Amino acid sequence: MSNIGSYDDRYKSFDWGISDAELEFGKNGMFNIGHYCTDRICEKGMADKTALIWQGFSGEIKVFTYNDIRVYSNTFAKFLSDTGIKAGDRVCIFMDKIPELYISFLGILKLGAIAQPLFSAFGEEALITRLDDAKTRAIFTTRKHISKIRRIRTRLPELKRIVVVDAENKPLEADEIAFSMAKALKIEKFEIHKAGPEVPSVLHYTSGTTGKPKGALHVHSSITAQYITTKWVLDVRPDDIYWCTADPGWVTGTSYGIIGPWANGITQCVLDMGFNVEKWYAFIEKHKVSVWYSAPTAIRLLMKEGITAVKKHNTSSLRHLVSVGEPLNAEAVIWSEKAFGLAFHDSYWQTETGAIVITNFPGMKIKPGSMGKAFPGIVATVVDPKTYEPIKTAGTVGLIALKPGWPSMFRDYWNNRETYEGKFKNGWYICGDRSSIDSEGYFWFVGRDDDVINTAGHLVGPFEIESALLEHKAVAESAAVGKPDQINMEVVKAFVALKPGFEPSGDLELDIMNFIRKKLSPLAMPQEIEFVPSLPKTRSGKIMRRLLRAKEWGEEIGDISTLEND
Amino acid sequence: MAGDMKKLIIDYVKKEYLDEDSDQEVTESTPLISSGIVDSFSMVSLKAFLEKKFQIKIPDERATPETFDSVNNIINLLKEFVKEI
Repeated sequence: MSNIGSYDDRYKSFDWGISDAELEFGKNGMFNIGHYCTDRICEKGMADKTALIWQGFSGEIKVFTYNDIRVYSNTFAKFLSDTGIKAGDRVCIFMDKIPELYISFLGILKLGAIAQPLFSAFGEEALITRLDDAKTRAIFTTRKHISKIRRIRTRLPELKRIVVVDAENKPLEADEIAFSMAKALKIEKFEIHKAGPEVPSVLHYTSGTTGKPKGALHVHSSITAQYITTKWVLDVRPDDIYWCTADPGWVTGTSYGIIGPWANGITQCVLDMGFNVEKWYAFIEKHKVSVWYSAPTAIRLLMKEGITAVKKHNTSSLRHLVSVGEPLNAEAVIWSEKAFGLAFHDSYWQTETGAIVITNFPGMKIKPGSMGKAFPGIVATVVDPKTYEPIKTAGTVGLIALKPGWPSMFRDYWNNRETYEGKFKNGWYICGDRSSIDSEGYFWFVGRDDDVINTAGHLVGPFEIESALLEHKAVAESAAVGKPDQINMEVVKAFVALKPGFEPSGDLELDIMNFIRKKLSPLAMPQEIEFVPSLPKTRSGKIMRRLLRAKEWGEEIGDISTLEND
Repeated sequence: MAGDMKKLIIDYVKKEYLDEDSDQEVTESTPLISSGIVDSFSMVSLKAFLEKKFQIKIPDERATPETFDSVNNIINLLKEFVKEI
């Protein structure tokens, strides 16, 4: 029997108080996520239980108990406090998936500061945008990534503390601080910031069609949704070994790579390396992974290598498989049944929702290609894109909409209240995705309702790419769109009109690709560049990205009455 | 020829994928993708470089994280497409 039991019964009788009660959320005035992921687990007699098994790409392994992560997160919190960081300050974590990332996250929260994890492959421009917007006060990083910070340091006057967690004896610059988690004086007791459940906890940046990336702000009470969804959707049990492949630079990596599993007191393992089929399977075998939360892109890459690659390893420890990031295609579900004897369960949510909102539950009939059903406590529907009224007819495509009020819902976009308020229409939170609902209540994803590009489960904003492209010496104007990709669902394609004196060439294409990769991130790098004499525009001069995208997807172009040169 | 090729690819990886003041060593056997020096997205630009440099077309299905995981692996892949190695 799965943790959730009967979905229908749970949905009918659900109350978020169930989660609050299990967590004892608010007991003695405590609402801090840091406490619930460490101290509380130790208080329940699991101090010596393994919380984290970390493996580096060279095979090195480090193991941490719940008492270890309790003490080390205290140590991070005390260190921050000693350096003048206070509750409410934004503290960025910019590093690969090393133990310090996971544990400093909890230390920041224990202090009452706001954790701002950023993907370690971000380039300088992507960093500036996000650190400047958040007015970040401190950053934890490593020697591998410090150069990027150094190059933008003077443009970030609010950044007061740059902390290098692996400095060892290597020289640092004047305003940088070395901090070694392992060597620092261990702090057994730290007075955890006692604030209300609505105190900000995590700031994750996400991309939109227009403007700069937006910081989705979450609060400590998000844990009640992350706890119960981890328990019921990921179906974790006390003896499970759980592996979430997401990077905590993105929301999955914090909600389900830190908060959810540790609030449940289970053992999780982390593999800090790039994608490698053989090594992933070996990792599952070595650590006897039982619950695996991964992404469609990774699953499709595994499919590419075939079932023979799976059969070289003993993956019989696997018990439950879940996927997130972009829609999981039916072929991948069917393949995983053949490869592992288990179907991947697709789950749907986004940075703003903070936790899974629509999903395939363990024990529920899976319809391959469907997103599943709404989580108990979540009122989800599809609404008409013009009236925002719920659509009653099964199979009709509309916008996915959620009734506001679930605990992990974002509370604001940092410095951008207007955009935040614009996400709510007619009493619904509008997710920005299109879907239909069938007669049995299953959601079927159709696509984004805007120009945001979903590549390998990560949202990339076309505006950010186009702005960066314009900084290249050869680019006069540009448009970035998503083009279909078998593995990543979409990849970035750029249409570029060159300045006089520049000619299209393979060299120039590669130069522009690398320019964007370094400036923004590998995800934002156009995988294809099409040089064009000019871009289609409206009569008011706005580039008609929609038209270019439709061409890539082989879709109807739609209304072009406003096209400038029609 | 293979030696020149190795040097060419190593130099390109260092220049494009490592920070200018990085002290990380890259040899022909250094893991590239699994170590995170080159991620699976950036692999596309490395593939584009190789195709341009050697005037070849590497089919997408042959460009995998495994075939690109070291300079040695890349050379082995290139042998399928470049005659004089």
